[in-house]
Amino acid sequence: MRRGIPFGLAVFATAISFGVLARPVMGVVAPIVMSIVVFSGAAQLGSLAILTAGGGIGAAIAAGVLLNARYLAMGLALAPSLSGRVVSRAAFGMATVDASWAAASTGDGRFDPWYMVGVTVPQYVGWVVGTVIGVLVGSSLGNPSTLGLDALFPAFFVALLYEEARGRRKVVAAGGGAGIALVLTPFMPPGLPILVASLAAVVASRMRP
Amino acid sequence: MIIALALATAVLKLIGPLLLGGRPLPSGAVAVIGLMASALLAALVVVETFGKGRSLTLDARALGVVVAAVALSRRAPPIAAVVAAAAVTALARAVL
Repeated sequence: MRRGIPFGLAVFATAISFGVLARPVMGVVAPIVMSIVVFSGAAQLGSLAILTAGGGIGAAIAAGVLLNARYLAMGLALAPSLSGRVVSRAAFGMATVDASWAAASTGDGRFDPWYMVGVTVPQYVGWVVGTVIGVLVGSSLGNPSTLGLDALFPAFFVALLYEEARGRRKVVAAGGGAGIALVLTPFMPPGLPILVASLAAVVASRMRP
Repeated sequence: MIIALALATAVLKLIGPLLLGGRPLPSGAVAVIGLMASALLAALVVVETFGKGRSLTLDARALGVVVAAVALSRRAPPIAAVVAAAAVTALARAVL
């Protein structure tokens, strides 16, 4: 669990910002409930960004689901390292988050499931507690754009992208996604260009790795 | 929205460990899944930096995002890069 504490602190800080940004759109209780039951920075910030920009709930949900599609790939990689009953396999599966999954990889294609849980626990605590603090502090901050808080969204996505887009195909997928979003934004309701940008992943997957 | 996202995330996390039991998906599907986050995150960067409803605009946010990108490439911790982006954006609005 000690290995997870630095991740927990980073997640805590991100969660405070999520709470601050979510407060004007979702109120006090909903962001906290969302952090407890969804527990995913990319999906929560992505769907919140679409709601904030005036997009519909359907587009917000779809963007969140597509952003979390990577969990399908991570779960598939993890599955052979899990043994035991359905309940225990499910519990380990639910404990999957990016940093823990990566930290628990033993380098030979297998994973240490208990190690992964240990790294996840501080992150879960940091995420929920940080959201509570962000929601409570958020109302006292004044005008968000005077403080540059609207730049938090794109800066977070840049940071997540910087971690994620390693390798030629991912860079092509990112470039294509950015281009599609840029071209379509003037012609579609908010949220939809981001969904269409997922087609860049299909195109990039045809490339040789 | 919250319930739908919670359920969908749980399903995505559980399909591998529970249903497939180590059986692989078709390689084409795995490749697309692996690239999805990159494509969407890049699209979100563009829309959140330049988007203003249905139009594109260049304002102080872009400066903040550039600062964040430079900070990240200089190995700054992500949270420092993000805070710097907000600070630079706020400063640019105050000065300009």
